[in-house]
Amino acid sequence: MSTTTDTIEALATQEYKHGWSTDIEADTLPKGLNEEIVAAISERKGEPEWLLQWRLQAYRKWQTMTEPTWHNVHYPPIDYQDIIYFAAPKTQKDGPKSLDEVDPELRRTFDKLGIPLDEQKVLAGVAVDAVFDSVSVATTFKEKLAELGIIFCSFSEAVREHPELVREYLGSVVPYSDNYFAALNSAVFSDGSFCYIPKGVRCPMELSTYFRINARNTGQFERTLIVAEEGAYVSYLEGCTAPMRDENQLHAAVVELVAHKDATIKYSTVQNWYPGDKDGKGGIYNFVTKRGKCLGDNSKITWTQVETGSSITWKYPGCLLIGDNSVGEFYSVAVTNNMQQADTGTKMVHIGKNTRSTIVSKGISAGRGQNTYRGLVRVNPGAANARNYSQCDSLLIGDQCGAHTMPYIDVRNTSSQVEHEASTSKIGEDQIFYCRQRGIPTEDAVNMIVNGFCKEVFRELPMEFAVEAQKLLSISLEGSVG
Amino acid sequence: MLKIDNLHASVEGNEILRGISLTVNAGEVHAIMGPNGSGKSTLARVIAGHQDYEVTAGEVLFDGQSLLELEPEERAWAGVFMAFQYPIEIPGVNNAYFLKAALNAQRKARGEDELDAMEFMSLIRGRIRDLDMDPALLNRPVNEGFSGGEKKRNEILQMAVLSPKLAILDETDSGLDIDALRIVANGVNALRSPERAIIVVTHYQRLLNYIVPDFVHVLSDGRIVRSGGKELALELEERGYSWIEAETRPAAVVA
Repeated sequence: MSTTTDTIEALATQEYKHGWSTDIEADTLPKGLNEEIVAAISERKGEPEWLLQWRLQAYRKWQTMTEPTWHNVHYPPIDYQDIIYFAAPKTQKDGPKSLDEVDPELRRTFDKLGIPLDEQKVLAGVAVDAVFDSVSVATTFKEKLAELGIIFCSFSEAVREHPELVREYLGSVVPYSDNYFAALNSAVFSDGSFCYIPKGVRCPMELSTYFRINARNTGQFERTLIVAEEGAYVSYLEGCTAPMRDENQLHAAVVELVAHKDATIKYSTVQNWYPGDKDGKGGIYNFVTKRGKCLGDNSKITWTQVETGSSITWKYPGCLLIGDNSVGEFYSVAVTNNMQQADTGTKMVHIGKNTRSTIVSKGISAGRGQNTYRGLVRVNPGAANARNYSQCDSLLIGDQCGAHTMPYIDVRNTSSQVEHEASTSKIGEDQIFYCRQRGIPTEDAVNMIVNGFCKEVFRELPMEFAVEAQKLLSISLEGSVG
Repeated sequence: MLKIDNLHASVEGNEILRGISLTVNAGEVHAIMGPNGSGKSTLARVIAGHQDYEVTAGEVLFDGQSLLELEPEERAWAGVFMAFQYPIEIPGVNNAYFLKAALNAQRKARGEDELDAMEFMSLIRGRIRDLDMDPALLNRPVNEGFSGGEKKRNEILQMAVLSPKLAILDETDSGLDIDALRIVANGVNALRSPERAIIVVTHYQRLLNYIVPDFVHVLSDGRIVRSGGKELALELEERGYSWIEAETRPAAVVA
């Protein structure tokens, strides 16, 4: 089998396909973090006083906090004073009025990433709010959405144009004091997306944002806020890739979702940040706080995530099920290959009556990857007849990786029902041999087996994302079977 | 078609095959029989290219080409098929999708056009009926939750669809009741043709009542100790394997 080994070796050493860096002059603040930097960020964005004060409170809170260590990921200490907290493409200063005004270099970068900024995308029904180096560059389809009263814009624009909405909801799901990384984000967040669906409106297209980290040593601190009013529906897609890096990059995003009565929010993520080289050097640190609040009765929030990138993934998209009969769902595929580490899962907090939650987590570990599922299901005394179903499956490829499952279940009434199932399996040589005997080569066999394993999650993704997710998965696992 | 010459193979340093020589021509059906541990299944897996076995000496030629230099999938593309003794489960992978992927991988490797879903379905529909299989099995994950008989029928379905030049059935009869045995045997017989060779590996003579072989070989301790026509199988049924082993053992020691 020596030829197989050689091929696998070659595939395993393949460079990250999205690794490059665009040469655009950035308007950058000096390294480090203090109140002046926080104020400078706020000033550059022309923010109102209340937001500056909120940032400063967050910063002061952050200073009193310590970085968490309970997670099952390991990395060298982060020097928070050695990070640049704000960088914007210079050409952005006046803001492009149309796509024609967008820096051609930037457009080429987006093209390389396959980000659709042109009219063709209308056919696919996707509106794009592209985030490049912390500042939104172009937003399409805004007018079409505006006709329905939908607001979909960059976070900065929302602060300028809809301050009352931002002020009402910012920090209402993830307070700045929530955790160390959320506090940091609240102090220095640069930009992100804002989405508001008015009462009774069903958003006719999938909304998507592409995050991309570019300027060297710039941490990304995105802030996303989605509000669905009574009876509204929205499906939001978030996808990321990043260029190659030598030094680890910190990413600490915060995403807040608010679903009012009878509203539904679907939030789907395909995350493909640079995972580091095969020794783990240079990958992205991804410390994200994502939470949704099912505020009204019969509301529903679904998190679907496919996490293939980053050297460290730390995220627990959760749902606060406050409204009666509200529903929270979490579908996740997390892949760790080579030296990648993931500690991810969800938090479902049942507060209202008859609330239901579903958790389907698929962890795939290959190479020397370490994959931890960490999930909390909490049922409060008032959450009568709450139900939860959790399923956590781990797939191991090779014998040097690890899978860990840490479910926390906390039920405080007697009328609720909580189910937890977990399994760990290994892609067997016998499975691969079976496929090969039928004429299916090893790489294709692995893809087939892995996709089969992830099926329940993929079918929750919008079609075009499902295809992309499968592609990403196969790239991430190339060369993982010897 | 298949020419095995002095084949030695071992697993983890233990020699299992100790010099097998066997020629199988197109159109022939050969039965390989022998007691447990004689190396029957090992022979099947070595021909198919299983990674656990190391070939230490000998040669296997398939249509004049050395099979041992090929990867398992390349052997499949060349037309070698093995029905597994214990068919493997692949959770979440649709059975029909798997078979279509296998067929198209083979067709692609041979420079033929791949079949689309419609063409594929019309190809397998009749095969399913012939094997008296529940069509619902097509939409279930590969072998997962299948009964023993369903798994074996699924193997024969794959064989019928992939239409190999050389089919090796590794103890396909084990775990089958008499009705299922007949159906599986009919499926195999339907594939008998002057262009195709079949090797039936079995412990019991029973299957050979339905798939009547042209030649029977008895394996013992990694060697073919006796070859004959179909009547040899009946003789084994009557007298067991011990008489052959008793007859050959002293000779083997002298050799």
